[in-house]
Amino acid sequence: MKKFFLGLILTTLALSLTAGPTLANKLLLINGAGGTFPYPLYSKWFYEYAKIEPVNFNYQAIGSGAGIKQITERTVDFGASDAALTDKQMKQAPGLLHIPMTAGAVVISYNLPQVTQRLKFTPDVLADIYLGKITKWNDPRISRINPGANLPNEGILVAHRSDGSGTTNIFTSYLSSVSPEWKKKVGFSTSVNWPVGLGGKGNQGVSGIIKQAEGGMGYIELAYAITNNLPYADLQNKAGNFITPTIETTTEAINGALSHMPDDFRVSCVNPGGANAYPISGVTWILVYKNQPNHVIGEELVKFLRWAITDGQKYSVDLLYAPLPESMVKKIEQRIDEINY
Amino acid sequence: MLTALSVTALTLLLIYSMVTNALPAIQKFGWHFLFTSTWDPVKEIFGALPFIYGTLVSSALALLIAVPISLGIAIYLAELAPQFIRQPLSFLIELLAAIPSVVYGFWGIFGLAPFLRTAVQPFLSKYLGFLPLFQGQFFGVGMLTAGIILSIMIIPTISSISREVFLAVPSNQREAATALGATRWETIRLAVLGYSKTGVWGAVILGLGRAIGETMAVTMVIGNRPQISVSLFAPGYTMASVIANEFTEATGKLYLSSLVEIGVILFFLTLIINGIARFLIWKVSNKAKGRIRE
Repeated sequence: MKKFFLGLILTTLALSLTAGPTLANKLLLINGAGGTFPYPLYSKWFYEYAKIEPVNFNYQAIGSGAGIKQITERTVDFGASDAALTDKQMKQAPGLLHIPMTAGAVVISYNLPQVTQRLKFTPDVLADIYLGKITKWNDPRISRINPGANLPNEGILVAHRSDGSGTTNIFTSYLSSVSPEWKKKVGFSTSVNWPVGLGGKGNQGVSGIIKQAEGGMGYIELAYAITNNLPYADLQNKAGNFITPTIETTTEAINGALSHMPDDFRVSCVNPGGANAYPISGVTWILVYKNQPNHVIGEELVKFLRWAITDGQKYSVDLLYAPLPESMVKKIEQRIDEINY
Repeated sequence: MLTALSVTALTLLLIYSMVTNALPAIQKFGWHFLFTSTWDPVKEIFGALPFIYGTLVSSALALLIAVPISLGIAIYLAELAPQFIRQPLSFLIELLAAIPSVVYGFWGIFGLAPFLRTAVQPFLSKYLGFLPLFQGQFFGVGMLTAGIILSIMIIPTISSISREVFLAVPSNQREAATALGATRWETIRLAVLGYSKTGVWGAVILGLGRAIGETMAVTMVIGNRPQISVSLFAPGYTMASVIANEFTEATGKLYLSSLVEIGVILFFLTLIINGIARFLIWKVSNKAKGRIRE
């Protein structure tokens, strides 16, 4: 037995010695870690990009929080997050840049079989449902904005994500921006102390709770709602229009948020101006250091980022991500130019 | 020798690294961590009581359901079943243990939860509604659902170990009881159950250990709400679930170390429980060393 293991170790060593350098010469490996939300798009990008450049990406979808931690400790070449770093986190990672890569929206899904039309919500009604102030579907405040809808005299079963997620961060950021009470009582983060409701793990967990009980409602990613054919509501935006969440209205929202976006892009895009902007939208970032420690990796990373925000954007719609508006891409390119390697 | 030592070293290292990572939370909250029930990642106030409560209640509920059923199965398989049924039946029951817990979770949320909500809950409210245990609104997911799922998951563990323990009871015990004029049930109760009491306890505690540590299936059906409620219809939360749910996206040092501290509590709880189980099983197997029935 001992001999066998010894043999095994020796063979592995021999293999790694012979194969190691040759592989490294051919293919550069860039390591990244972060959010699960952009993972399908990123892996498509890495696949397509490998066809034009000899670079291999190793991206671990371990969650935004873990991605921030890894890039702060510099154990990866880039991080990815659906939530911008807080000031406190920025202090631990000086010189970290936020590069917006793609956008997504969070929609309100519900289970009301007898309601045939698309439901409408206003920001204050939505906030009060999640604060536990509106508890019945036939509440006058809901029926007033949904004339003609056959709203049942039933309790609203509120569902939310139980796992920490960028989706929760975008949704609670939105509620904080439209409801001072929510901001004071609950606030926003990847997980919060929910006043009411049941927690489900992941989009599938939330939609599972919604589906299994009539009267359920909850927030999920737009892409998940579309692919699974779940009903979702229109939401009133800052301009006062009721907007159906789509890829286009999401891009529209990012465009609307652009005017007051700081140069470091470290801001949430929820509740922007713009007549056609769907208000619960957000971007997801790749996090890279301004001063790259390794020349070769830095150079390739910059090349890839440039490609992703320009040519790479065409892959987003098929995967139900919202492409970044063109005016924003120009601003992002300026940020990418700042990276030293 | 070396491998045995390395395993011990690994465990000690594990404890060491968990405790050091949990230190910020231990220093900040002290004993309050165990006895307060606010869990607010935004304001960074953490108390683990709802999770400890949820773990204990869901596991206790699981035992309450699983133990009688498992013992029934074990007695039947070891004492009563004809030979040609024993093998396939015990195979089928042990197969339950091989189902991944995420599959149990899916079945729980799409099969069991709607069934409980539409069929079982009205019945319980109607006939047992005077008990605070069965009051309030039921959403299908909650403590009750978690307890039932867990009970199904630990039945194979408890029943197959109990069966082994029953088979280890020397035949002369049974023969002696029968010779004294005991009926079949009396023989089982006095000779078999009496003889293997400690071993069955060990089986139960191993089942409890599995229930306490179970993560995925529970997370999917318990409702994930950090609250303490007497009603079994209410949603709850367990220690394993909150770690699985929030660990990946936990930003902030205190948040992360609070989650690690929950891990430390869970670790010691399962360690103690497994220790008790090993001790009990060791005791019964020593006793049965004399003669073992085939």
